[in-house]
Amino acid sequence: MDPFETHRRHLTRRQFFGRSAGGIGAAVLGSLLRQDGLGAERSVLTDFAPRAKRVIVLWQGGAPSQVDLFDHKPGLEKLRLQELPESVRAGTRLSTMTSGQKKFPILPAIKPFRRCGESGLWLSEMIPHTGAIADDICLIRSMHTEAVNHAPGVTFFLTGSQVPGRPSLGAWTTYGLGSLTSDLPAFVVMTSSDREKSCGQLFFDHYWGSGFIPSRYQGVRFRSEGDPVLYLSNPDGMSRDLRRSMLDDLAELNQLHLAEFGDPEIDTRITQYEMAYQMQASVPELTDISREPASVLEMYGPDVQRSGSYARNCLLARRLIERGTRFVQLMHSGWDQHNNLPTQLEKQCRDTDQPSAALVRDLKQRGLLEDTVVIWASEFGRTVFVQGDVANPRHGRDHFGACYSMWVAGGGFKPGHVHGETDDFCYRIVKDAVGVHDFQATLLHQLGLDHERLTFRHQGRNFRLTDVHGQLVQPIIS
Amino acid sequence: MKISPSFLLLALCALPGHGTGGQVEFRRDILPILSENCFHCHGPDSATRKSGLRLDRRDGAVSPAESGSPAIVPGKPDDSALIQRILSHDPDLVMPPPSSKKSVPAADVDKLRRWIADGAVYQNHWAFDPIRRPEPPDAGGSNWPRNPIDHFILRRLADSGLKPSPEADRAALLRRVTLDLTGMPPGPEEIRDFLSDREPGAYERVVDRLLASPRYGERMALPWLDAARYADSNGFQQDGDTHQHVWRDWVVKALNENMPFDRFAIEQLAGDLLPSATIDQKIATAFNRNHLLNGEGGAIAEEQRNVILFDRVDVTATTFLGLTMACAQCHDHKYDPLPQRDYYRMMAFFNQVPETGMPPGGGQYRIAEPWIHAGAPAEMERLAALEEAARAASVETPELARARDEWEKSIRGLAPVSWVPVRPVSAESDQGVTLTVEEDHSLMASGPRPERAIYQIQLPKSADPVTGIRIETIPDARLPSKGAGRSDSGNAVITRIRLLAGGAPVPLVHASADYSQGGFSAAGAIDEDPATAWAFYPDVTTPHHLVVQASSPVPAGVDMVFIIEFQSVHTQHQLGRFRVLASSSPEPSRRAALPQKVVAALAKAADSRSAGERALILDQFIDTSSLPAAVAFREARKAAESALGSFRESLPKVMVMSDDRPRKTHVFDRGNYLTPAAEVSPGTPECLPPMDPSLPANRLGFARWLVSGDHPLTPRVQVNRYWQLFFGTGIVKSSENLGVQADAPTHPELLDWLAAEFRGSAWNVKHIHRLIVTSATYRQSAVVKPSLLEVDPENKLLARAPRLRLSSPILRDLALSASGLLDTRMGGEPVYPYQPKGIWDGLSITKERDFTYPQSTGADLHRRSLYTFWRRTVAPGNMFDASTRNTCSVKPSVTNTPLHALTTLNDVTWVEAARALAARVAGEEPAGNVEAWISGAFLRVCSRSPSAAELAVLHRSHAKALARFQADAAAAEAFLSVGEAARRSPMSRPDFAALSAVCLTILNLDEALNRG
Repeated sequence: MDPFETHRRHLTRRQFFGRSAGGIGAAVLGSLLRQDGLGAERSVLTDFAPRAKRVIVLWQGGAPSQVDLFDHKPGLEKLRLQELPESVRAGTRLSTMTSGQKKFPILPAIKPFRRCGESGLWLSEMIPHTGAIADDICLIRSMHTEAVNHAPGVTFFLTGSQVPGRPSLGAWTTYGLGSLTSDLPAFVVMTSSDREKSCGQLFFDHYWGSGFIPSRYQGVRFRSEGDPVLYLSNPDGMSRDLRRSMLDDLAELNQLHLAEFGDPEIDTRITQYEMAYQMQASVPELTDISREPASVLEMYGPDVQRSGSYARNCLLARRLIERGTRFVQLMHSGWDQHNNLPTQLEKQCRDTDQPSAALVRDLKQRGLLEDTVVIWASEFGRTVFVQGDVANPRHGRDHFGACYSMWVAGGGFKPGHVHGETDDFCYRIVKDAVGVHDFQATLLHQLGLDHERLTFRHQGRNFRLTDVHGQLVQPIIS
Repeated sequence: MKISPSFLLLALCALPGHGTGGQVEFRRDILPILSENCFHCHGPDSATRKSGLRLDRRDGAVSPAESGSPAIVPGKPDDSALIQRILSHDPDLVMPPPSSKKSVPAADVDKLRRWIADGAVYQNHWAFDPIRRPEPPDAGGSNWPRNPIDHFILRRLADSGLKPSPEADRAALLRRVTLDLTGMPPGPEEIRDFLSDREPGAYERVVDRLLASPRYGERMALPWLDAARYADSNGFQQDGDTHQHVWRDWVVKALNENMPFDRFAIEQLAGDLLPSATIDQKIATAFNRNHLLNGEGGAIAEEQRNVILFDRVDVTATTFLGLTMACAQCHDHKYDPLPQRDYYRMMAFFNQVPETGMPPGGGQYRIAEPWIHAGAPAEMERLAALEEAARAASVETPELARARDEWEKSIRGLAPVSWVPVRPVSAESDQGVTLTVEEDHSLMASGPRPERAIYQIQLPKSADPVTGIRIETIPDARLPSKGAGRSDSGNAVITRIRLLAGGAPVPLVHASADYSQGGFSAAGAIDEDPATAWAFYPDVTTPHHLVVQASSPVPAGVDMVFIIEFQSVHTQHQLGRFRVLASSSPEPSRRAALPQKVVAALAKAADSRSAGERALILDQFIDTSSLPAAVAFREARKAAESALGSFRESLPKVMVMSDDRPRKTHVFDRGNYLTPAAEVSPGTPECLPPMDPSLPANRLGFARWLVSGDHPLTPRVQVNRYWQLFFGTGIVKSSENLGVQADAPTHPELLDWLAAEFRGSAWNVKHIHRLIVTSATYRQSAVVKPSLLEVDPENKLLARAPRLRLSSPILRDLALSASGLLDTRMGGEPVYPYQPKGIWDGLSITKERDFTYPQSTGADLHRRSLYTFWRRTVAPGNMFDASTRNTCSVKPSVTNTPLHALTTLNDVTWVEAARALAARVAGEEPAGNVEAWISGAFLRVCSRSPSAAELAVLHRSHAKALARFQADAAAAEAFLSVGEAARRSPMSRPDFAALSAVCLTILNLDEALNRG
């Protein structure tokens, strides 16, 4: 049998069951879907008209300083190096790197801010390209998180829990919405780091893991060296022709086995092997950027020529989205400026500002921004007070979770909008606090998924991305 | 396939409790409905209970609620508010409320009505009820059953109008049971032997052979390692390596020896607390130390310690109790009768560990206390011999005893030595440690905590001659564990002290201390051996002093430099706060003020001293005497201790449990360790039978309670997991949770029968495994008949054997075994088989350590998957669908994706195995007989000969590959060059490559990837 025909037939059956979800006993439906390899425990499909179909996460690991980049506090200049009042500071959770500090001198933004776009958004002059897309982004200045350390913070943002083991955002999304293509993985992850490797943030598999939902929903990591996908290349000496011929024979043998054993899983196996063969062609095509017009490459900046760079990954993100990948997660490490803020922050901006903005513009030009959410975010922000001795160039800012900034573009998030406000010291949220679970709920909402109904039954309990929390943040969506 | 609604209805009726007639049973039919729809607000959790109504208990449900009328009026469904509210169309009244996004299906409402009409009888959740041993149902004259299991299965099948499948053919059965019990395929001889053994009991003999195979323990260890989130590294940033593989080997050995499960549980949970615990019993407790350890800069140690505690409760509860205790961490459990208090009472058992929550810094290995030295049996024997030698060397000879008596008399009445505190002129360290002189002349260390360091202290010119120097350790709240040292334990290890006078070294002839850690005597601080040293653990929070004596007094007015070296393998063990004093009294060390304990011991009559006091006096004498006998004794003892110490240091350090740090445990408000509420004492959940009051209120008592005679959960949980191992799905599908929200058991009586049998057999694991695999149920054919697929798509009733995709570790073992590459050496340090290039590169983002994958060579490339190094942050690339080894996992994930296909098609492991398989079968069969070669390979992988049709396809495949490789010799050469194993074969290169390609196809057959 033609494997594509088999595959098509499966898709049709899935659609049938998808439509019937309301009317049939869930247990039976689940059992039948299992034969398709679709999760039996899947309990929700699209609930309301989705505004977005795809997601790109631009993860800014290490935690960029909102004080220096996004949260404009001109009043702090007058307080330079004065002690942060105890009344402001009392009770906030700090990491042990500064919780024992005796002094907490205020350090205003290290570079000036300027107004950007028609919306007049105040942004640091260190991120001019982001400034140029100010009217396309929705800036949230009132994010907050519980975590004080990177790994738990990243895990919290990307999986809803500080402790590793829960499904990640991308896993939930692809579990809820399925795949748009059979030639490429639905959920792809790429990593990059600052060239100086000053940051030291690692990327753990659980940041894109599937936790307790089936492992097919976990992110597939594309690598910048060797095979982009593990084991993608045929072994040495095995040509694509020979592989084709061997796979045809394998399929024939599996068909014989299917005829005898009648197990529908065998049918699925035949399809998966065929998809593997397709992927061997589609992935190299995807990662080959030689046919991108020069104007596009220029937009992403010179770094785009370097495999494994943040800029290259941004371009690949667009190419993935174009080809039907549902969820792209770029993990970038470079922002942990405890002791090198004066030198490293600006370098980091240079590495990431232009490609991030180029991606948004590129998507917009192609009409893809409308239904693609681009998220520029990190695990937390940084302290307004200085860490270390300001007289020594090796100073910086410590981790800070009580308030920080992130931005979102596309997918129905309000363009040219600022949400939330912090106090004069950039230390506490005074208006419209957005917790991590709130943002997650809002993101799922834009994808047409109700965060309270997108559940997976595990240990007898219906687990959610947002645990028992999460409020839709209506003002940031249009 | 066209699917009709009537078929769906048919399928629906086949499931238990879904019929429209018949008796409604609370625990089977009603409790799941109430739990799913009502308990969130009207269940066990008192904090979120609405309107004071609880429906999890009958008294709550039938008494008037706040609204006045009772939720349930027994016998009168229409008068019951429960039914009225469920059926209400008023959004303010309807239950569950619209905000919950839940609604009760009509069939369930019907069940509720009938249950109320029948009197609304409540029952306990079945899993909390005592286990009774049900009588196996009558087989109705069928001769199908082979043991009691089959009676239960047959009854359910008969009730559903189904019949069991015929027995699988013998080859398939042999492959199934061999893979299930050993994780490896049968070899050709084993197949031949079994097929030719037509005597009764042939199959049972195979089963007994497999159960006795050392491969059995290796195979059975895999799910246990998943449950125990075993890995060879800590996880998180730095991801330091560990030596927990010693525990892994303990598990394999225990399973192979068929250790009764009660002992298996007790030793892993509390082996350290058993009377005269052996090293093995301590190693067993690593079960609860296989957790993640976060050493990230800035991490809050106490927070991390509590994360570990939560994990320990979760792992223990899931593995042994099958309960989701974690749900009661922040509030009372929503479904199970587990108040939040029960969670913290259970946590209290595990909250006595002398641990900080963080791994120590520095180096490739990061082993967090408490740990023990432990190695392979031969190593442990050597350790015991060295320990004995050290003990023997510390026994006093009669000659020495006489000398000591003399000494005892002589030291009474000596004048005390006077000491003057010295304010250092300056103090510095070679590793950037800052040493600050405090007001009391003491030195305080701060800044980085290097692995090793040297302190150099410039002393002022003295007005008097200096005969000795004394270091006083000063415990300080600013230091770890409020000790005087800078290690996490508050300890410091001084490997050497040196004194320079006017730039020239002053020989130090004697050292003494008021207190010394076992094996770390004062003398160790003045010799040149960095393996001997002075230290003061565990008494780190008391001031101590160490005195060293110069060979001759340093004249007054000379510049003196005092050097303290910390060069121990115990990293970061440097002094944190201390003071330096000088004396001009003669013989200051030998005459050093005797430690209080020695004074007290000396005050007693010789015959009333304890062994410890005698040892104390002897040590004092030996350390301070220059008599030849004493010196000889000291040297001999030192040599023995040094040999012991350095051997011990070479052994793995296994993180184990210990109750050496008693702590109070509190309920945490909302699960947050920063908001402790009421204090609790250790205790077991109240919904379960109480602990026998004679049991100690510690982990050991807890462990014994788990396996006590009337425990309803432990045996059920385990036999259910054994069932899952052999049938893919447990009798209770949610094998991780047997609580109220669990899936209903498909065969509740069978579950109880097996549980009773397990307990009754003195927890004999192999007995249960044998029962299962010798049952007729297990031995059925795996052919999937379309009619069966329609009636019982999930195969819940087991009218056939399931086909199961083999797990990735077993798939790798199968390829290695079939090809003859497998190295069956057991145990030891983990190995590093083929991984994609740069698999760990993402970790070497800082320069802290080299994360180049240290790929093994030779036979270590081909050990069983169990021995593959498991880095917690980056799992082995070819172990798809594996548990993450971050948290407890007791239910395997089996998926089917193109990425898996790419792995088994392209990974070196499989390509190399295919080549080795080709060489192997070509060497066994006549030259040039391609069909015989192919059949041989097929047999080794699928345990049967290929059919004519299959052989035809494979032969054709071979011909096509051969033609290509003949046309492209370089391709053949390249294909044969994958992997490091030998590539010898008398075949021509194209022949060899073509046969290897066919073998790769065979290894990728669906039949190869599954066990049918």
